[in-house]
Amino acid sequence: MRPPPVDQTTVLISCEGLQALIDALISRDYEMFGPTVRDGAIIYDAIARVADLPTGWTDQQEAGRYRLQRRDDEAVFGFAVGPHSWKRFLHPPVERLWSMRRGEDGVTISDPARRNRNYAFFGVRACELHAIAIQDRILRDGPYPDTAYATRRRDAFIVAVNCAQAGGTCFCVSMQTGPKASGGFDLSLTELVERDRHDFLVEVGSRAGAALLEQIPCRPATAADRSYADRIIARTASRMGRTLDTDGIKELLQSNPDHPRWDEVAERCLSCGNCTMVCPTCFCTTVEDHGDLTGNCAERVRKWDSCFTLDFSYLHGGSVRSSARSRYRQWMTHKLASWINQFGSSGCVGCGRCITWCPTGIDITQEAAAIRAAPSAGKGEKHGGS
Amino acid sequence: MEGLELILAKHPFFAGLAVEHRQLVAGCARNHRYDAGEYLCREGGAANEFFLIRHGQVALEISAPGRPPVVFATLDEGEIVGASWLVPPYRWLHDARAATLTRAIGIDAACLRGKCEADHDLGYDMMKRFLPVLVQRLHATQLQILDVYGKH
Amino acid sequence: MSTASTDLSRRADLDALRPQLYRVARVQPELADTSTLELEPPSGSRPAFEAGQFNMLYAFGVGEIAVSISGATDAPGFIHTVRNVGAVSAALAKLEVGATVGLRGPYGSAWPLAAARGADVLFVAGGLGLAPLRPAIYAVLANRAHYGRVIILVGSRNPASLLYADELARWQERLDLDLRLTVDHADAAWHSHVGVVPALIRRVAFDASDAVAMVCGPELMMRFTVNALREAGVEPERIYLSLERNMKCAVGLCGHCQFGPAFICKDGPVMRFDRIAQILAVREI
Repeated sequence: MRPPPVDQTTVLISCEGLQALIDALISRDYEMFGPTVRDGAIIYDAIARVADLPTGWTDQQEAGRYRLQRRDDEAVFGFAVGPHSWKRFLHPPVERLWSMRRGEDGVTISDPARRNRNYAFFGVRACELHAIAIQDRILRDGPYPDTAYATRRRDAFIVAVNCAQAGGTCFCVSMQTGPKASGGFDLSLTELVERDRHDFLVEVGSRAGAALLEQIPCRPATAADRSYADRIIARTASRMGRTLDTDGIKELLQSNPDHPRWDEVAERCLSCGNCTMVCPTCFCTTVEDHGDLTGNCAERVRKWDSCFTLDFSYLHGGSVRSSARSRYRQWMTHKLASWINQFGSSGCVGCGRCITWCPTGIDITQEAAAIRAAPSAGKGEKHGGS
Repeated sequence: MEGLELILAKHPFFAGLAVEHRQLVAGCARNHRYDAGEYLCREGGAANEFFLIRHGQVALEISAPGRPPVVFATLDEGEIVGASWLVPPYRWLHDARAATLTRAIGIDAACLRGKCEADHDLGYDMMKRFLPVLVQRLHATQLQILDVYGKH
Repeated sequence: MSTASTDLSRRADLDALRPQLYRVARVQPELADTSTLELEPPSGSRPAFEAGQFNMLYAFGVGEIAVSISGATDAPGFIHTVRNVGAVSAALAKLEVGATVGLRGPYGSAWPLAAARGADVLFVAGGLGLAPLRPAIYAVLANRAHYGRVIILVGSRNPASLLYADELARWQERLDLDLRLTVDHADAAWHSHVGVVPALIRRVAFDASDAVAMVCGPELMMRFTVNALREAGVEPERIYLSLERNMKCAVGLCGHCQFGPAFICKDGPVMRFDRIAQILAVREI
């Protein structure tokens, strides 16, 4: 996470100010992405105006269920998170790594053209900031950085939003990733909407954020505004849809590879991989090598992959993890336990997407609780009948 | 101690054998010498003896028509050839060929079976010695069947 | 998790996902389905490597596979023994001298040559597992006086499938090491052992209380070899295995090679047994 906010004073901007903020970023040639309604969900796509945002919409989320619903106010950010996460921009689903050409003068290799416009992300939640930081540790901060990721990341401008609405499957409080955005943004907004006012409390998180804010009409925030914002965030924190007890969870999962619960969840899991697609921290990829008919051109393309596929662990004519049971165990143990060994933190940010978007409604918090409730279950009778 | 008893005392298979049991076993023992290529036993033959290898190497083989015999195990100094003597109908299930000049002690099967029936402590001691050898062989055979080095 | 001791800092600025273009300098057929390639760098000298490490080899337009380096650490090129078991290995096996091969590496952790100094060393190889062990064997033999007894145990399917047979014959003649060969089955022309590799361990003389074992072969063979080593009294902290999993990026970014919490590409392939004993015992991990 980046260091704490540069400037502790907070200001208020209006809805017009919000538009000015978007305009300022667009005028600096940022490619702007933010939440918008499409196909019955709130997804992240290109936006240019406040009118593109999901004003007046909220989401009803439960295990295996997502529905949009109209709010009775005009809150711009009155919803939680949808199926998209920011990884679709920073760690794209499809990316050409290089191409090769074989000719008379031998073989040459070339890199794909780098994009020349930087990303601006509008409406990033606290859990998502943590997810980005988690992916930074993997993709940027290891001994072999993904240089394309590092560049996109460095040049991205982030406008965060503090959640005023807890999602039905949210548990950021358990994972200590929200609901307040504490760092890693350029600017952060807390929406203050009442019958007679509609403002956004703005916190500055970086010098770039401060510089941009100078271009936006704003007025100072009062102590009352700040405490109202704090109450909104506290209320969100008290309305989490789920909880996950993370105490000793690494040892719990790593010492229970043969727990009967894995068999039980395997009966419900379709290995469809939805959870890995919507999870903001899942980073696994595969590569495809393509040749052409002349045999003189080749390229390598990297794509998102999922540990739920049978091929993921292919070795010597078969898969190491051929049962759905072993694949679910791999995903959940990696996410909540092995990640800690590998990267020093949990891989889960408590956004609840995997719960919402699982077609059979499997709930990671419920699975963890079931294993915790009966660790080393199923050991059987003692000999001699005692 | 008689010559055979001395040899049995030193053979790893009978390490720790009680003196009186060693005497009983020696009473069923005799020396053998096989030149390279000679057979200690043949498949289907009566398993009248089992062998303790003192020097040399013995190859266990199975024959089938149309191909040379397949060696599926080699046994060296300190090892045992033969378990079929323990189990009716007491017939060898493979060939055993001396791969090199081999000196072995042959223990008469009927003789030792009789003494084990009469002295159950001796019998139990023999079982405890043979079972680990059989388990190891079975385990090795399982690995060999799995053909771990083959292409998959 | 501990990682390779190779100095990575001077490589970090190269894009690790982009292959270097190497040239096939020599092709040496070994067995019916296996050959050894010697690869020379595009210019200058190749990066240094440690025994136990691997490269990702790319066949133009076909794909990439992980192949252990099986030559000496001071050989001019990278030497790789490749067995034809799939599309990429088939393409690599068909290459001729002068062909171009993509190469990324070296990656991974190394055999514990320094930790083994002064102790008896057991190399236990099954099948193609002799290839990743060979650089370590070369290194120990080149510094023979620094080690105690040296024992090399090699298992193979049958006599015709023994890898590096000529070299094994030369090693067999040396008086300063104990080399034993065993095959799963053979005919009467074979004069060495028939049986599984673990069974050889109790037949060789070494000081189990001060021995380091380096084991490489099919995972099943390694598991049972470890059992036999432990029964013989070798400490779990002094037994090293070389493991394999599905490898795509080889640099810890794609997630495929995970083995419990370890990434085989950076926490392995050489791993100390005591650190993975529990995970090895779990099915489908």
